[in-house]
Amino acid sequence: MFLQIQDINKQFVNQNTASTVLSDINLDIKEGEFVSILGPSGCGKSTLLSIVAGLTKPTSGEILLNGQRITKPGKDRGMVFQQAALFPWMTVEENVMFPLRKQMKKKEAKELAHHFLQKVQLSNYTKHSPHELSGGMQQRVAIARALSMNPKVLLMDEPFGALDEQTRSRLHHELEKIWLETKKTILFVTHSISESIKLSDRIIVMGTRPGVILEDIQVRIPRPRAQHPQMTAKLEEKIMRLLQSEIDKVVKEELAYAVNN
Amino acid sequence: MQSTIKRIIFFVLILIAWQGTVRILGVSPALMPAPTDVLDELAKGFADKTLIYDIIASFRRLAIGLAIAIIIGVGLGILLAKNKTADETLGTLILALQSVPSIVWLPIAIMWFGLNEKAVTFIVILGATLVMTINMRIGIKNVSPLYIKAAQTMGSRGWDLFIKIIFPASIPYAVTGIRLGWAFAWRALMAGEILSAGPGLGYTLKFASDFGNMKLVIGIMIIIGVIGTIVDILFFQRVEKNVLRRWGLETNN
Repeated sequence: MFLQIQDINKQFVNQNTASTVLSDINLDIKEGEFVSILGPSGCGKSTLLSIVAGLTKPTSGEILLNGQRITKPGKDRGMVFQQAALFPWMTVEENVMFPLRKQMKKKEAKELAHHFLQKVQLSNYTKHSPHELSGGMQQRVAIARALSMNPKVLLMDEPFGALDEQTRSRLHHELEKIWLETKKTILFVTHSISESIKLSDRIIVMGTRPGVILEDIQVRIPRPRAQHPQMTAKLEEKIMRLLQSEIDKVVKEELAYAVNN
Repeated sequence: MQSTIKRIIFFVLILIAWQGTVRILGVSPALMPAPTDVLDELAKGFADKTLIYDIIASFRRLAIGLAIAIIIGVGLGILLAKNKTADETLGTLILALQSVPSIVWLPIAIMWFGLNEKAVTFIVILGATLVMTINMRIGIKNVSPLYIKAAQTMGSRGWDLFIKIIFPASIPYAVTGIRLGWAFAWRALMAGEILSAGPGLGYTLKFASDFGNMKLVIGIMIIIGVIGTIVDILFFQRVEKNVLRRWGLETNN
C-alpha cells in the first residue's frame, strides 16, 4: 500500500480531562487515488490530515508513506490549508519558489514556478503581491506552490471552504483537471457532501465524538460527474442519511450540556 | 486637499491671533515674543548657519542612538519572545524600566561618560531601546501559526524557518517599534541636550533661555515640533501604512 494510516488514536488533554478526537483510524490509500475525508465539524478530520502532514503527533499509531514512517513534516507531502497561507512579503513567484530554493538553481526554480503558475492560469501574476489577488487566486497560488515541490501526496484541508460558490465551482474543475493530468494522490478534507462526490474516487465518511470511520465509499460515477446528476443525487442521499445520526448526536450532546450547566 | 486647506487656514488664524494679542496688549518680548520677531530670529539663525549646525548635530546623535537602539531592541525582543525564562525575568525588568522616563538616567550617565555627547546618546539609546524591545517581542510572538505550519510542510525548520518566515512576518511590529522608538528618542534627545552639552537644538534653546532670548526659545520649540511632525507624517506613517497593507493587516478600501 502507498499511504497507510494504522491504528491512529489522538487524545487532547484539556484541564485534566482527556477527550478522544480520533479513535482507531485505519486507512489504506492507493497511489493516484483521490480520497475525500468527509464529516461534520469536530470529527477530527483536520487533525487526521495534520497527523499525516507531520504537524501533529498522534497519541498512538503510525503513518507509513511508501513503507517509511512519518514523524515530521516533509516535502513529500504538500499541504494546502483553508487559508492560502501565502507569505505576504514575497511575490507570487517567490512564494511558489520557496520550497524549491534549496534543491535547485534559482533559474530552474523560476521556470518550474512559472510552469505550475501556468497550470493554475496565473502566469500573468508572477510579480504581484499576494494581497493584490482575490481569495480564489491566492488559493490557486497555494496549490501551485504545493505542486511545485512534486510531493507524493497532496493534502488539502477544506481548501475551498472560504471561497464563494462560483469560485469554488471553478476551482473544483481546475483541481480535477490537475489531478487527471498529474495523477497525484490527493487526500481532501471537506464537510461538503457534494464537493466530495464531485471530486473523489473514494469517500471516507467520519463520525464524531470520538472521530471514527463510519464508512468507506467507492465512487463509481464516471467523470465529469456533472453529467450524471441522478447517480450523484442518490449517493448524496445515502451519505446524508449516514451523517444525519451524527449531526443529531452532536445536537443532543450540546443540548444536554446546555441543560446541565 | 480639503483637509490641507482647512489646516492652512487654522494655522494662519493661530498666527494672526498670536500676533494680534501680543501687539494689542503690548506683552513684553521677554514673556512672549510676536511671531514676526520669532521669524526674524529664526532667519538670523539660519543665515549664520548656527541653527543648521545645531540641527545636524542633534540629528547625528539621534541617528546613532536610534540605530544602536534598534539593533539592541531587535536582539532583546527576539530573546524575550523565544526564551520563557528570559521573558519572565528580564522581560519584567524591561517593563519596569519602561515606566521610568529615560531622562532621569542623565545624572548617572554624566557620572559615567562625562558632560558630553556620550551621555546624551546613552539617554537616547535607553529611550528607544525599551519600546523597540517590547514591540519586537510582540511581533515575534504574534507570527501567525499558519505561516509556520505552511513553511514546515515545505521543508523549512530551525534557523531557516526563523530567518525566512518568523522574522519577516514580524516586520509590521518592528516598524511600529521603530516609529515609537523615534518619538521616544527625539524627546529624550531634547531633554538630554537641554541638561547637557552642545552643540544641538536643545543646548541652543537652553543657551537662549539663559540670556533671556525668548524669540529663539520659541523658534527652536517650533523647529522641534515641525521636524517631529514631518518625520512622523512623511516618513514613518507612510512606511507603516505600506507595510501593513502589504502584510495584509489593513484592508485598503
